[in-house]
Amino acid sequence: MMPAPRPLMRLAAWLCALALPGLATAQDAPRSGYSYMEPETQALQDDDFLNPGFFLVDQGLALWQQPMGPEGQSCAGCHGAVETAMRGVAARYPAFDPAADRLMNLELRIQAEMAGRMQATPFDYSAPEMLALTAVISLQSRGLEMRPEINDETLPYLDMGREIYETRRGQLNLACLHCHDDHAGERLRGDVISQGQINAFPIYRLLWSEAGSRHRMFEWCMQSVRAEPFARGSDEFVALELYLAQRGAGLAMEAPGVRR
Amino acid sequence: MTEGSVPVARRHGHIRWPGAAIGLFLSGAAAAGAQSLPPLTEVAGDPARGEALLRDMGRASCLICHEISQLDEKDMGEIGPLLDGVAERYDAGELRARVADARTLNPDTMMPPYYSLDGLAGVARAYRGQTIYSAQEVEDVVAFLLTLTDEAAQ
Repeated sequence: MMPAPRPLMRLAAWLCALALPGLATAQDAPRSGYSYMEPETQALQDDDFLNPGFFLVDQGLALWQQPMGPEGQSCAGCHGAVETAMRGVAARYPAFDPAADRLMNLELRIQAEMAGRMQATPFDYSAPEMLALTAVISLQSRGLEMRPEINDETLPYLDMGREIYETRRGQLNLACLHCHDDHAGERLRGDVISQGQINAFPIYRLLWSEAGSRHRMFEWCMQSVRAEPFARGSDEFVALELYLAQRGAGLAMEAPGVRR
Repeated sequence: MTEGSVPVARRHGHIRWPGAAIGLFLSGAAAAGAQSLPPLTEVAGDPARGEALLRDMGRASCLICHEISQLDEKDMGEIGPLLDGVAERYDAGELRARVADARTLNPDTMMPPYYSLDGLAGVARAYRGQTIYSAQEVEDVVAFLLTLTDEAAQ
């Protein structure tokens, strides 16, 4: 799908970029969107009993144990307890799947498992059930460093994601970097622009009055610059997700986050 | 993007001194683009309509990125240069060139082109083939910007 000439050289370039961030990019040190939030919003995230994202977690926990498909298999049936089986998984996703020969994020991985081993009808990418499962899985990485694996397989996606991040789009002719690299910390209308980090997803977003996935947020951003968004679950969005995870590598996972 | 090509607005941030205007002027001169644009329509711009348009958040308002102190608006942006006294720094043609397509002055500018479709990619269906403002709307906004003198800012 994507030719990868000289992957080793580009891998080396990326490793240099990691070692010498000041020389390789003009980007500031990664900073969670949490630090840009009002104290009231932070407090909502900090308390598991107030955090609206935990409704999703409860629902996800039930789904983890729910029999699905003709054999009545559940996630728990094969994996065991979500707390141990899924520890650290979200922190290293998206990851390359050799069988499918593509990069997968949590949602695509869940869909593949449901359609494959469970022989069940997969949840839609944007279904509440999907959001709930990703929430309970992501929670098991809370506090761990977000750090996707960059290797020969994932490198072409990383490049693709970076290109998407840096390309101007839409009627407003803006790239992601114009706000999230060049003006993070400054006010756009009444809101402080964050670095666009993705370490807290799925998030409960006050503006939406509900929770949403990483790809829903990407879609919202693209619509804000009046661009035609890529599809949720598309290679483009998964590649962007990988680039953003790598760009924010080292940030502590926070799911379920709360954002304005 | 190299340091040399960093847009002026990015380097100066939200600076309230005349140097920012000088910087903008120099960057325009260096870009060898259109620094002045003749009127886009035969109907003179209406400053009142321009102000209403500029304050309309649904219309990619200038205030998302810029502040105009004299306006009774809260939460104005701080990404672009302050527009107080902007009429002292630019004439109608220069303001029109900046609103219509600031890329003619600085190809790396972050400012959206309000009256140009050049080079746009991936535009959402609902907006495809349309500029952000119509020609007359550019004239109206420019007419309002021309009221932003130092005196008006007092």
